[in-house]
Amino acid sequence: MSVSRDEWTAETVEEAVARALAELGLPRERVDVEVLEEPSAAGLFGFARRPARVRVRARPGFGEAARDFLRAVVDFIGLPAAVREPEATERGYLVRVEGDGAAELIGRHGHTLDALQQLAEVYATRRSGERAALLVDANGYRERRAAHLERLARRAARQVARDGKERRLEAMTPYERRIVHLALQGYPGVYTESEGEDPFRRVVIRPVKGEAAEADDVG
Amino acid sequence: MSRVGDLVAFLARSIVDYPDAVGVRETEEGETLLVELLVAQADLGKVIGRQGRTIQAIRQLARVAGHRQKRRVRVEVPDRRA
Repeated sequence: MSVSRDEWTAETVEEAVARALAELGLPRERVDVEVLEEPSAAGLFGFARRPARVRVRARPGFGEAARDFLRAVVDFIGLPAAVREPEATERGYLVRVEGDGAAELIGRHGHTLDALQQLAEVYATRRSGERAALLVDANGYRERRAAHLERLARRAARQVARDGKERRLEAMTPYERRIVHLALQGYPGVYTESEGEDPFRRVVIRPVKGEAAEADDVG
Repeated sequence: MSRVGDLVAFLARSIVDYPDAVGVRETEEGETLLVELLVAQADLGKVIGRQGRTIQAIRQLARVAGHRQKRRVRVEVPDRRA
């Protein structure tokens, strides 16, 4: 039997698929099924019944699906950029796009990158049947932006701790707010909260007054 | 079909339940390229997304593709029932 076997036969389509799943060791939502032949009805004139024949293939994983999507987008736009292999992160996958053309995928405040990431995540979730968080980066933008946000957060926190007046930061995505919350976790004299509704939700840095409870609402 | 139209069609097909029903119509409007994205009625919500987030994301990428060809791009999703 060939190594790359992807066809199975049985009396019914359901049985053929079940056989394939058992052999591949995969759940139904992780494979693509193509019915090659429906079984023929019982032979009226004594013809042998023809069995059902199906092709069953493992779906790509979330990271691979995201990578494929990004490669297609880069090709359609005609950007000189390379899409790297997916890297596992604590919450999902990171896919880096690199090269001269990748700069065009960032946009103001990373809006284009967020758009790309959002669509790639929807596609990868549907294609793979896996749930995961996707981070798309272009030429190291995410790291630079995170470093910038951390500096901004600490500067604002210093002011809040000094004059006791709360500070509201600009509206940010959930991912960016999380960077700010984490940067100020344990910062003396202040606590952070998020206010408002996306896409206008923003982090507020407040002074810890007397014995006021420290809020730790990360979100 | 321009690259912009191909991209919009590809993005839509990637996220809908009925990819075969996805179609794109392009019209020149002076400097602007109008791209009308047609999808199955059942997929309208999918391409528009919560608070229009998905169609905004599609528009954002279509703009990048248009920018490479020095063109302004407008992406609309006409309601087929109209």
